[in-house]
Amino acid sequence: MKIVVLVKHVPDATAVRRFTAESTVDREAVPGLLSELDEYAVEQALQVVESAATGEITYLTMGPAAASEAVRKALAMGGTAAVHVSDDALAGTDALGTSLVLAKALERIGFDLVICGMASTDATMSVVPAMLAERLGVAQLTFASELKVDPQAAQVQIRRDGDAATEMVQAPLPAVVSVTDRTGEPRYPSFKGIMAAKKKPMQTWSLADLGIDPAEVGRGAARSTVASVTARPPRGGGQIVTDEGDAAGRLVEFLATQKFV
Amino acid sequence: MSQVLVLVEAPDGAVRKPTLELLTLARRIGEPAAVVLGPGADQLAARLGEYGASTVYAVDAPEVNDYLVAGKAEALAHIASQARPAAILVTASADGREIAARAAVKLGSGILTDAVDVTGGPDGAPVATQSAFAASFVVTSTVTQGVPIIAVKPNAAAPEPAPTAPTVQTVEVPFSDLARAARITERVPRAVSGRPDLTEAAIVVSGGRGLGGAEKFSLIEGLADALGGAVGASRAAVDAGWYPHAHQVGQTGKTVSPQLYLAVGISGAIQHRAGMQTAKTIVAINKDPEAPIFELADFGIVGDLHAVVPQLTEDITGREG
Repeated sequence: MKIVVLVKHVPDATAVRRFTAESTVDREAVPGLLSELDEYAVEQALQVVESAATGEITYLTMGPAAASEAVRKALAMGGTAAVHVSDDALAGTDALGTSLVLAKALERIGFDLVICGMASTDATMSVVPAMLAERLGVAQLTFASELKVDPQAAQVQIRRDGDAATEMVQAPLPAVVSVTDRTGEPRYPSFKGIMAAKKKPMQTWSLADLGIDPAEVGRGAARSTVASVTARPPRGGGQIVTDEGDAAGRLVEFLATQKFV
Repeated sequence: MSQVLVLVEAPDGAVRKPTLELLTLARRIGEPAAVVLGPGADQLAARLGEYGASTVYAVDAPEVNDYLVAGKAEALAHIASQARPAAILVTASADGREIAARAAVKLGSGILTDAVDVTGGPDGAPVATQSAFAASFVVTSTVTQGVPIIAVKPNAAAPEPAPTAPTVQTVEVPFSDLARAARITERVPRAVSGRPDLTEAAIVVSGGRGLGGAEKFSLIEGLADALGGAVGASRAAVDAGWYPHAHQVGQTGKTVSPQLYLAVGISGAIQHRAGMQTAKTIVAINKDPEAPIFELADFGIVGDLHAVVPQLTEDITGREG
């Protein structure tokens, strides 16, 4: 059982995040970390391998040099090895380009199961897992709040809590899965895990290693363009009252001026 | 005028409000054409026509009914390759964004997600407005390659009728084996609460840790009912088991963009703000004057929610009664 977990290094959501002059996410000036939602994917991969008592987990990330920090964090939680796709030509790559690069890397690594988080905490598009399944020509089982893998039968089953219904979805392996934070709290890396992670193999691949023409990725190949970025004026300036028995009445007056009541 | 394809959401046989919003937005760019992937297109056509859909493309096949998104993406891309639309609009739901994502790969199209507004640009091409980094930035973007595909958040526009008599066109799609890879083996529709749907509601009242217990959510429900709103909950309240996860507002729950959002007993952690910060008007009630939610509030009450909320509900009910 070969599992690949996709991990992303993102700007810390509790820091002040911003855009570069080229209207891309500023990944240099803002401290980064492993996307919180990817930790759930790592945890599920570890559980699949633990319950099957066999299998190996490879982490795959794409991004600038600092992205390897996210991979180290994942390796400290468990797993075998990692691949970091890094190339200057990748700056400004859109979701379509990202899925192209990751699909090529996944084909090269080889996989029975790809596990992703439900979204990155920076771009929050939630489209890359679906794009990967499309490009790889394998089953897509996404937004799983519960994941069950049967390695003997080469089957995967998820529970998907959608807006309109809860669905059970089943498919044969290989497959691409994304998991939500409902799948279970991720473990903390142990000290032993952190030390062991430093010795686990991490390969760095360039676009040339993957046989990808740099013209297919990067800002130049992005299929959308940002026309404007405006910092929203801080909302503040609201009316804050301390309740002395009359606050409810004053709020009703406020709601009435806004025609909500 | 070119068509603008609108992917219809009608899971229980009724057209959902966000679809009517998409039809309204589509008219800014071209002529709305609805895409129904599933049964009942003939029954849905009248409602879709009321909001300006001149054509209804209908695909009813096991591949779109019994399998997860792959078949729907094939159907949408197939229709797009024939109709050559000016744009494709979908609702930014889990299904909508994934159908859009796969169609974008098939069509080589740029995709923009979570638009809070869509307008026709100077050259007629759509311009999408998005919020970034927990709504601290407003970004406008355009698609530069292929048919623009835009996933739009609910409440991006008020649905405006523009009655027309639509033609229903049944489409046969040559599905691949991949469309039958991920089979839906069981489907349990959400229980109906009688309240508006959380993501669609114009008013949302949410409760958090400050409530102190599951039974106190009756305060939130009472206030929501007085205002005709939906009920939301913070992650802390959901994790504590006080309210079902389907009502969670925040980064890993639902993202809401209502006209009015009332945060009751919610401190306003970044993960919660990511799910509600695009609300037009924000009201916060919290006993801690330092709670970050007050930084967002248009009107805030520092006080005991257990005293304020019942009074508020009574005042509102009294006004309207």
